[in-house]
Amino acid sequence: MEGRMAEPFLVVENLVKHFPIRAGVFQRQIGEVRAVDGVSLQIERGEIFGLVGESGSGKSTVGKTIVRIFRPTSGTIHFMGKDVTERTKRNVDFLTKQTQMVFQDPKSSLNPRRSILSTIEDALIVHRISHNGRNRRMIVADLLKRVELSPTYMYKYPSALSGGQRQRVSIARALAVNPFFIVLDEPTSALDVSVQAKIIRLLQRLQKELQLSYLFISHDLSLVRTIAKRTAVMYVGRIYELAPTEQLFLYPLCPYTRTLISSVPVISKEENRIKPAKQSIGGEVPSPVTPPSGCAFHPRCELADDICRKQLPDLEEVLPGHFTRCHHVEKNMTLDQIKEKSMIKKQGKS
Amino acid sequence: MNNNMLQIRDLHVHFHVYEGISRVLDGVSLHVLKGERVGLAGETGCGKTITMKSVMGILHIPPATIPRGEILLDGRNVLKLSKKELIRMKGTDISMMFQDPMNALNPVFTVGQQLRDVIRFSGRRLGEKSVLSKKEIYDRAIAVLREVRLPDPERIMSNYSLELSGGMRQRVLIAMDLVNKPKFLIADEPGTALDVTIQAQILDLLKELVKTRRISILLITHNLGVIQEMTERVYIMYAGQIVETSVTASLFEAPKHPYTQGLIASVPRLTGGEIAEGIPGTVPDYTVAPSGCRFHPRCPHAMTVCRSRKPPLIELDRDHEAACYLYGGQNG
Repeated sequence: MEGRMAEPFLVVENLVKHFPIRAGVFQRQIGEVRAVDGVSLQIERGEIFGLVGESGSGKSTVGKTIVRIFRPTSGTIHFMGKDVTERTKRNVDFLTKQTQMVFQDPKSSLNPRRSILSTIEDALIVHRISHNGRNRRMIVADLLKRVELSPTYMYKYPSALSGGQRQRVSIARALAVNPFFIVLDEPTSALDVSVQAKIIRLLQRLQKELQLSYLFISHDLSLVRTIAKRTAVMYVGRIYELAPTEQLFLYPLCPYTRTLISSVPVISKEENRIKPAKQSIGGEVPSPVTPPSGCAFHPRCELADDICRKQLPDLEEVLPGHFTRCHHVEKNMTLDQIKEKSMIKKQGKS
Repeated sequence: MNNNMLQIRDLHVHFHVYEGISRVLDGVSLHVLKGERVGLAGETGCGKTITMKSVMGILHIPPATIPRGEILLDGRNVLKLSKKELIRMKGTDISMMFQDPMNALNPVFTVGQQLRDVIRFSGRRLGEKSVLSKKEIYDRAIAVLREVRLPDPERIMSNYSLELSGGMRQRVLIAMDLVNKPKFLIADEPGTALDVTIQAQILDLLKELVKTRRISILLITHNLGVIQEMTERVYIMYAGQIVETSVTASLFEAPKHPYTQGLIASVPRLTGGEIAEGIPGTVPDYTVAPSGCRFHPRCPHAMTVCRSRKPPLIELDRDHEAACYLYGGQNG
């Protein structure tokens, strides 16, 4: 038990993941996709950590590298005090037991030719949790009950289930090995809002009951606001802002975060009130193959000047726990000063 | 003088399938005034796209049948038009924007070729000659690309769709939809395949163009935020029935129908806070659709009358109607 309590729980330092682009007869490397370019973060035990960004920002690659679906190009990953960066048999055994992943599309992440039972019990066999078929069926029935499905579902095939039910099965499969940490990669983006609400409630309940930690990856800012305790904003392979969720949404400091929040279509006046003034932002999300020099946001940023084009700003701690990567953020401000400034900006909007 | 751009009256669409008859639309009525921006919102499988396809006359008949109902577009009944008249109308008076900008363009023709075809053949059948000269067509194409704020339109004309980003493709689609100056535009999930910052750009552009040209628009989406930002009036659809309609702002402030209430409570908010438990149960199978109000098996307030008779839309307030017996109408 002491081992589990050892803080910090998950530490990712300077994680880099580049994918080579090969072409020609000899498959010579002609370039690389800099999917993740130096990401550091810490997740505490029992914490829901949100990771937001647009497509191509590298958020999924971070998740997949942490659970070692990808081998990092450089950087280190420490999990429960253990260095798990190297892909040794021991590390993989350890990691697959402690960490699991739920994927975005439950249609393609479940094998259509295997019953739910056979899908879930695989984990029990691989990790030698149970050798006895009857015992395994009981465990699977328990897991299905835990995700609010009737145990009779274990004999069905994925095609007989709705999207929400399939995602419940994916969650049950992730829970089969009793993990401490689950990477949720857009777990509800293929679902309708009323179904999404149910899955989110389920995830929140499981997190509390089992003391799980989540890395919650999503492009839906409102959803991350609802579920995460701390949130990081990624853009072109790097974290541009990281803060406690509420603070990030109320007082975003990086111009990119502000743009992102102001772009979300919302349904109530209260939400409109907290949105930063809409910025006239043009341009496209840059490609991670040819990222812009300096600050990756500079081609779209209204504050951009020479230094932004030349030099990448550091991710600095502006307030306790609030990190941001921008040359134009005044350092050494107090929260009150930031609140005051953001009030002025929001009034300017109306 | 009829002020309706589009009027759908009691539209029923059935599909004949192996299990029997699937009653996908069950008496849908809605209208769009001239110059009005109207939203049609609902979850997957509620019949939004079937409604749109019926209006555009692109529903496959068979397997679909339309046993009842009429669709009046600018005063003409779409269901009774001949094929020739329908073709004349499509792409000139009405235009439609498809969901996925990745698949809506043909990858083997350049953007220019496709855009010029849209101008040349607008309202004409294959083989008919265009009244416009090549130069005029080209100039129009360039002008419209400029209008949707694509940089360097001459170069874009010679690009293939694969060479463009998602946002640029969506702009090309908007250009194609607007180049023949339609009076009415149906947009199916505009911008939902795009990133939020790009989506915001596209929605701003679309709203501005539609406003300045006084085009009526029927916007179909599952994203209530998009409805809120883009439309003046909204219809909420559930299982092939319109359950509520209202001015957009008052719908989100005070939803009346239990389904709408459940739906809105399920939306995560930028201001945070817990989201509701969602709506119990699942969307029904349309071959054995529930009798009466199709929402009654999932409704927390269901009464006996809900099982036997379909509730009519009851006017609750100015421009706010809900199809629910909670607000009376049992004796009507």
